[in-house]
Parts: sequence; structure tokens; C-alpha cells
Amino acid sequence: MRALPPAFDDWFSRRGWQVHPHQQAMLDRAGAPALLLVAPTGGGKTLAGFLPSLAELADGAHRGLHTLYISPLKALAADIRRNLTTPVTEMDLPIRIEDRTGDTSHTKRQRQRADPPHILLTTPESLALLLSYEDAPRIFAGLSRVIVDEIHALSESKRGDQLMLCLSRLSRLCPNLRRVGLSATVEDPAAIARFLARHPDPCEVLHADPGPDPDIAMLQTDEPPPWAGGGGRYAIPAILEEVRRHRTTLIFHNTRAQAEIFFHHLWLANEDGLPIGIHHGSLSREARERVEAAMVQGALRAVVCTGSLDLGIDWGDVDLVIQVGAPKNVKRLVQRIGRANHRYNAPSKALLVPANRFEVVECQAALRAVRDHDLDGEPRGPGPRDVLCQHILIAACAAPFDADDLFAEVTSAGPYSGLARPDFDACLEFCATGGYALRAYDRWQRLMRRGGLWSLRDPRSARAIRMNIGTITDAELLKVRLRNRLGGQPLGEVEEGFAASLTPGDTFLIGGQIVRYEGLRDLTVEVSRDPGRDPKVAVFSGTKFSTSTRLTERILAMFGEATWPDLPGHTADWLALQRQVSRLPGADRLLIESFPADGREHLCIYGFAGRNAQQTLGLLVTRRMEDLGLHPLGFVATDYATLIWGLDPVPDARTLLDPAALAEGLDTWLQGNAVMKRTFRNIAQIAGLIERNHPGQRKSGRQATFSTDVLYDTLRRHDPGHLLLAVTREEAMRGLVDFARIAAMLDRVGDRIDHLHLTRVTPLAAPLFLEHGKVPVEGAARERLIAETAARLMAEAGLA
Amino acid sequence: MNGHRFTLSGATLSALPSGALWWGDRALLAVGDLHLGRSSRIARLGGTLLPPYEVAETLGRLDADIARTGARTVLCLGDSFDDLASADLGEDHRLWLTRLMAGRRWIWIEGNHDPGPVALPGEHLRDLALGPLTFRHIAQPGARGEVSGHYHPKMRVAGPARPCFLIDASRVILPAYGAYTGGMDATRPPLSDLMGPGAIACLTGPTPCALPLKGPR
Repeated sequence: MRALPPAFDDWFSRRGWQVHPHQQAMLDRAGAPALLLVAPTGGGKTLAGFLPSLAELADGAHRGLHTLYISPLKALAADIRRNLTTPVTEMDLPIRIEDRTGDTSHTKRQRQRADPPHILLTTPESLALLLSYEDAPRIFAGLSRVIVDEIHALSESKRGDQLMLCLSRLSRLCPNLRRVGLSATVEDPAAIARFLARHPDPCEVLHADPGPDPDIAMLQTDEPPPWAGGGGRYAIPAILEEVRRHRTTLIFHNTRAQAEIFFHHLWLANEDGLPIGIHHGSLSREARERVEAAMVQGALRAVVCTGSLDLGIDWGDVDLVIQVGAPKNVKRLVQRIGRANHRYNAPSKALLVPANRFEVVECQAALRAVRDHDLDGEPRGPGPRDVLCQHILIAACAAPFDADDLFAEVTSAGPYSGLARPDFDACLEFCATGGYALRAYDRWQRLMRRGGLWSLRDPRSARAIRMNIGTITDAELLKVRLRNRLGGQPLGEVEEGFAASLTPGDTFLIGGQIVRYEGLRDLTVEVSRDPGRDPKVAVFSGTKFSTSTRLTERILAMFGEATWPDLPGHTADWLALQRQVSRLPGADRLLIESFPADGREHLCIYGFAGRNAQQTLGLLVTRRMEDLGLHPLGFVATDYATLIWGLDPVPDARTLLDPAALAEGLDTWLQGNAVMKRTFRNIAQIAGLIERNHPGQRKSGRQATFSTDVLYDTLRRHDPGHLLLAVTREEAMRGLVDFARIAAMLDRVGDRIDHLHLTRVTPLAAPLFLEHGKVPVEGAARERLIAETAARLMAEAGLA
Repeated sequence: MNGHRFTLSGATLSALPSGALWWGDRALLAVGDLHLGRSSRIARLGGTLLPPYEVAETLGRLDADIARTGARTVLCLGDSFDDLASADLGEDHRLWLTRLMAGRRWIWIEGNHDPGPVALPGEHLRDLALGPLTFRHIAQPGARGEVSGHYHPKMRVAGPARPCFLIDASRVILPAYGAYTGGMDATRPPLSDLMGPGAIACLTGPTPCALPLKGPR
């Protein structure tokens, strides 16, 4: 057992603390090239990560940077700096700790480059930027340990892929660099270990005591949940009652828009005037910081929030977590529950609030999964090539490189360990010449090969590349500010598309306030306060998750049970009625119902493939129906079913679901699809084809730039084999299109398709009629809409 | 001709779906802001390497419009090239352009991106008065019967913005014709200030469609 320096023992005993077993284990294995610590929230995880560094730095002998700490959140880096400073000051250790993020001042960043601290706390993007500097070898000289916090979250995104490429670069600069990952409870720690370790180094996984099982249940309400929709407004009285009964409650929602609506109505019902705040990623930094500060002071009884509170910061006194809406994913639920009782060895308390009748079933399935410790997660594919393209450009900014060396370095990163040399070469070719079939840029290459080494043709382009580092590509967002005062108080951000749909006088909700749209100035949405009107809901760029495959399997298994004693009576009765008039969907069969309603023929496909896949299925099946002359009019998709309506009945749905025909339809449909264009825009930004930020030119709206849709269409017509189109297709197929889940579903059921012809709407299909997000099928719909709008406006203006 | 017909200072004009303007009586086709060579200019200045197909894309559209209308005069309203060096189009595209020019009058009006003659055939003019109409790059306040480009007007109706013509009693402003061109919201200044009361926006797209520029939407 490795002992801590005496000063540490004194400090621990002065506080009445003991070193946790996993903290000791981290010390014992401090020399390992890679270590992953899996620990529940509140398990002293961060200190476990830092203890070996503090011990090694205690004698004051180390010069320069020793430990690099990477967190996905800027706020977390600052928070950790404060937390670490306490023991360092109290033990009087000769250790300098600083953070460096996008918010750090220019002067301070300059000084950090010249004279790095012993411990630097930063984000993946700031690290990538540091590595792009010519003096990176000097900055990182002596670096001995790197700690990646919340690696379970990073490993699910391109930010993590970029970070691992950066670590491969760091390992090259500092060959003895040791890597440490800190993770919440996950389903597959070995996968994260492979992600973290330098390939093919081993990575030991240490598990902290997971603590007692959470105390988790479904919230009982007098009123049953509604048939459809989200938001959980019906449960507000019961939720307020729980808030009253607890010290501090976190109320999680799945989307920002739902959090806003819920907060609005919660506030109206909050007759006792309990101090309750709202926190989500679209609010201004000032607004979020106010809520965070109030939380830390214990001034709030509840916070309505979204995934923005999933990570990091220690809220101390939270004693209840409420999840409104089905959790969609058991792993995320467990991590959220961990926010309550953020103390070692105290059970977390949580309540689930289904937003509609179907979600009662989903919540029940999730409860069982939590009890069984059955976590889910979709395995991620190999490291995406758009991120690799950016990494190649960053490498070129730092210094001329040899392609073989860079390939060796890149394939030592976990997510890229399987990268084939031709794929790497294609990315390098893209960075150098654009990778076009028409070799138009031989004179104006971005990277040139000189004397065997690749470098920037024009060194000035380094600045633009540095300004565009990062893999976070939000939709175009506009800031929202209150008009009146000079500059006005910032409230948050909304999507550009939403802002464009506003006319002066419209009201919408942001940060729990109703505001009136006044106008747009300098890319800022100006608003005034306008309480007491019925608001629109802003469109925020939050992610919508599909229900995980594992959770879906559990739901289907529940349908197979004879009775449902665990479910509330209203929901059990509903399922029993469905079984009586039709059937319940099963795991190895596909249920399809046909019935007339509202003078239209309906077809309901219970694929249980998740929202994105059901949406794609709707698009593909209606295309097939169109071809077969079945006159579809529209469809709507949820996580579990697609409901299609049209003029003609479908005699045999089997003909619509031929996998080969669907895959073929996918190819044609994908071409001009908005989902593909959105995916392409993100990829084009990450790969460096288009720039979000340009030196010396404040982006002056859309005049100067043109839509990436144009680039997508041009490439498709002239260069269909281009790298970025291939990457786009790959990503959409896994993500927004999610065709893989349709294929898996069809594969699983084979020919066991039950198509029932019924005389009226079935209990299970009924809620779908109330769903939002109906998709019209006619391709000519928009042309007609424009023509009708134009004719009306011309007539109104007397110009017709 | 599938277009929106209107009269300007007595001349009968059609706003075509492609964004070109057709003056049938003179067999004249006018196009604004081709911005040929934009992708190579960006590359030359050390920027990103955009798909190098926009010249083919733009010339392809122009070729189709010329074939469809049988234009005897083609008039490019300035910013035809992204900068003067961009006029060096490369062999294939120069031949294509030469073929389009053959047998018809071709006029290059100069713009702020291409303020001078380029080494290509055709007439190079600052502006051109033709019957009741004046063709120039940038609209001048107070002008009458004026046809211009420069602003790349766009407007949003029931979906993403589309390039549009702006038409009032004294002028028409053409949308940008080039493939890689952005746009400026026609409902906001300076475009909304430039256009008089009763101005019409005519959206390009499969079926051109006219609607009031100002007022509720």
C-alpha cells in the first residue's frame, strides 16, 4: 500500500476523514499507464483522481505542468479549482492550480502558455487549441498525468473523440504520460477503458462501492396522466406537495421547451411562493449562474432543469430528484437519480412522473431496470472522420508533419484504433485538396507536401483554423435580450428558425418569463416583458432522445404478462382492453392495425424502434404507398408506433415492409432530405469545409455566407462519392435516420407480421391521434402553401 | 414562359423561376450577381476548399435559360466574377462561356466585386440605358425604370428563405443568380427602405410567386 505524505494524513484526520478504499486503490496504482475509476456521484471521485498528483507534487521538486484535468464543462473546471485549492492551501503545498477555458482572459492565457501551472484544469476544446500552437512541446514538457472527468459523458460525443486524438498527441509529446478516467456508473466500463487507454495499452478498471440502492418510485397522483403529450402538467399539485416535503428538489425534464412550459405552470400554481428556479442550456450564462449560486447557498427549494444539470457541480443538499416524462434511457436515469443525496453511502431518493398513459408503462419498465441494475447504452461506432479531418488541420497548425507518424499517432487513440490507412489518407487528401473528383485546387491546396512533410500552404490560414476548433455545432442561435436598457439584459438563446417565425407582438416563454417580441437588431432578438398572455413556446436546440433498445425490450416483455399488478389501475385496464379488441405488441412479432377513423383509412405500425426510426419508417412506408397508389395523406411517429392516414385502405401491409424495397426507398429519399442537410452542415463545420468564425469579420448575418444546403446539393449532383457525403450518410443512418433500428426490427420479426383489420380505433392507437408533429406527405404541399399564402396576402393588400 | 409578368416604365418583363429577368420585346435576358469563381477565390486566399462546381452549376442554369428563351442579348448586372482574378475561369469554362456568347450580344455591367474590364469578349459597361430602362449594378435612390442586382434579396415564406425579385413602380432588384451566393432579408433595411409602397417580392423556385413586400405576413 502506498502511503500518503504525512501532511495529507494530518489533514485527513483533522477533518475526521478517512481515505476511501477506491482513493487508496488509485494511489496504489498511480503508476499504471491508464486507469478508469467508476464511482457513483458523490463518491469522492475527483479527489481520488487528484490525490496521486498532489502527493507527487508535495515536495515542490516538479517544474512546469504536471497534471492536466479535462472536464466537459467550463463551470466544472472552475468549481474543481476552488475545491482543490482548499486542501492545497490548508496543507500549505507548493502547488499552483489554474483553470483555462473560453472564459479565461487573454492575458492570463498568454501567461499560462509562457509559464504553465502545476495543475491545469481545462476543456477538450481549450486543450485542442493549446495543441495547435507551435510551442505546444514546450507548454506540455514535463506533463505526467491527465485526468478526464465525466468520461462517460464525453465518450458519447464527438468531443470525446477529439479529446482522445488530443491525448494521442500528448502521449507523443510526453511518452510517459499516465491517463486517468473518472466515470459515473455505466453499462460497459470496458468499452470506456478501451476508449481512454493508449491503444493497445491495457487499462485497469477500479470500481468504487456503488452505495445503497436508490429509493425510487412512480409518483402517485389523484388525476391519471393524459392520453398523449408530454410535460406532466397534470402532476403539478402532487409535485408541489413533494417540494414542500423536501429540502431541495431537482425536477428534470427531457427537453428545454417542456421545462419552460412546466416551470410557467408550476409558478402559477405555487401559491406558497416557494423559491423555485429554472436551469437549462438555452438560458444566458448570467441567468444560469444566478440559479447555481442560489442553489449553493441553499436558497432554492426546487430547480426545474434539463440535462444541463446532468453533470458535475456539487449541489450539496438535494434530497429528491423528480424525473418528469419517461426517462428514455435507464443509464441516464440512474445518473440523474445520483444527483440526490450527493453524499457517500446515502440512498438517493427519486420519483418518476409519466407524462402520458403510455409513459406509465415505460416508467414501470424503467423502475424494474433500475432495480435489476440493468443499464442500457447503444454502442458507438468507430471514431468519426470529420473529427479526424479537424485534427489533421490542427496538427498542421502546430508543425509540419509526416503522414506515417500522424497515422501511427491517430491509431493509438481508442476510437481510431481500427482506422484503415486508406480512410486516413482520404481525410488527409480532403484537408489538402478538398478531395474532389475534379482536381480544381492543385494550385491552391490548403496543405502542401514539402520535403516529405505536410504543412499549411498559407501560414495565415492557421488563425481561421484555430478559431473554428471544436465539435459542438449548435443550430444557428440568436441571443434574446430585454430591449429598454442600454444593451439590455440577456435572457438566453432561441433557434434562428423560431426567431424568424415571430412577428412583433408575438409572445413566448424564456427563462420562465413571458416576453413580447419587439424586433431583431444586430442578430439579437429584442423583447420586452409582457406577463399574462398566452405564450408560444420557443424552439430550443435540445436533443430529443429515442427510447433505448433495452428499455423497449422490457416494455414488450411487460405486454406479454398476464396481468399487471404493478401498474396503476387506469393503465392496466387500458392494456387489458387493447388485448381484448386487438392484441398487444410482442417482442418477436410486429403488430399492424388497420381501421377507419374520421373518414380516413389508418394504418398503425407498432415497431417500437424509437422515435427517429419510426419517423423514417413513416417516410419510407408512405413513399411506398404513394407508388402503389394508396394515397397516403400524412403520418405521425412516436417512440413506439407510426400512425399513417390516407384515402385508401391497405389490404396487406406486408408488401409495404419488404426490407430490400425499404432500403432502396431510403436511398432515393435520403438525397434531398432535411435531416441529411442538417447532418451535413454539422459535419462540414467540424471537418473544416465551412467556417463558423472568420478572422477580422464579425459574422454579419446570413448576407455574407450562403447556406450549406447549397453545398450539399452541389456535391450530391457533381461529386456523389465525396468523403463528406459518405460521412454524412454514415452518421445519419446511425442517428437521425436510425435505419439500423428499422432493419434490426424487421430482421427480428421476419415474417411474423400480424396485420389486423379492425372496425374502429384501438385503445393503444388512440393516443397517437393526439400527438404533435404530424407530417404531411404531399411533396407539392409547400408549393401549394406558398401559393395560397401569396394569393391571400395579395388580395388583402389589394394588389391581386 | 413560366414566370411572373409585370411592367416597368412601360416595358413588359417576366421574373423567371431561375432568378433571371426576361424582356420579351427586346429578347433580352438579364441576370444578377453570378459570382463566378467564388470557390477558387476563397481557396486562393487560404480559406476553405469549397466544392469546385459552382461555375458549372451557374453556367448550366444560364445555358438552360438562354436555350429556353432564345435570348438575343444577355446582360450580366455586375459581380459576375467574385473578383477580377476570378475571370480566369480555366479552359473548359471559358469555352462554355464563349459558346454561350456566340451569335448574341453580351453585356458585362461592372460591379463592386469586378470593377473593371475582364479578359473576356462582350461589352464592358458601367451601366446601360435601353429604351425606358436603365441597367446598373447598385440601385440608386430616385431612379426610374431601373434594373439592378447587388443586394441578393431573399425572403422567407412558409419555410426557409428563397431568393426573390423586388419590384415596385420605379425599379426591379434581381436575386443573385450564382450558385454560391448568400442573401439579404428583403423585409429589413436597407432593402425595405429602398422599395416604395406597394412593392412586390417575387420568390424564385419551381413556381415563381408574388406577394407584398411590406405589411403583415
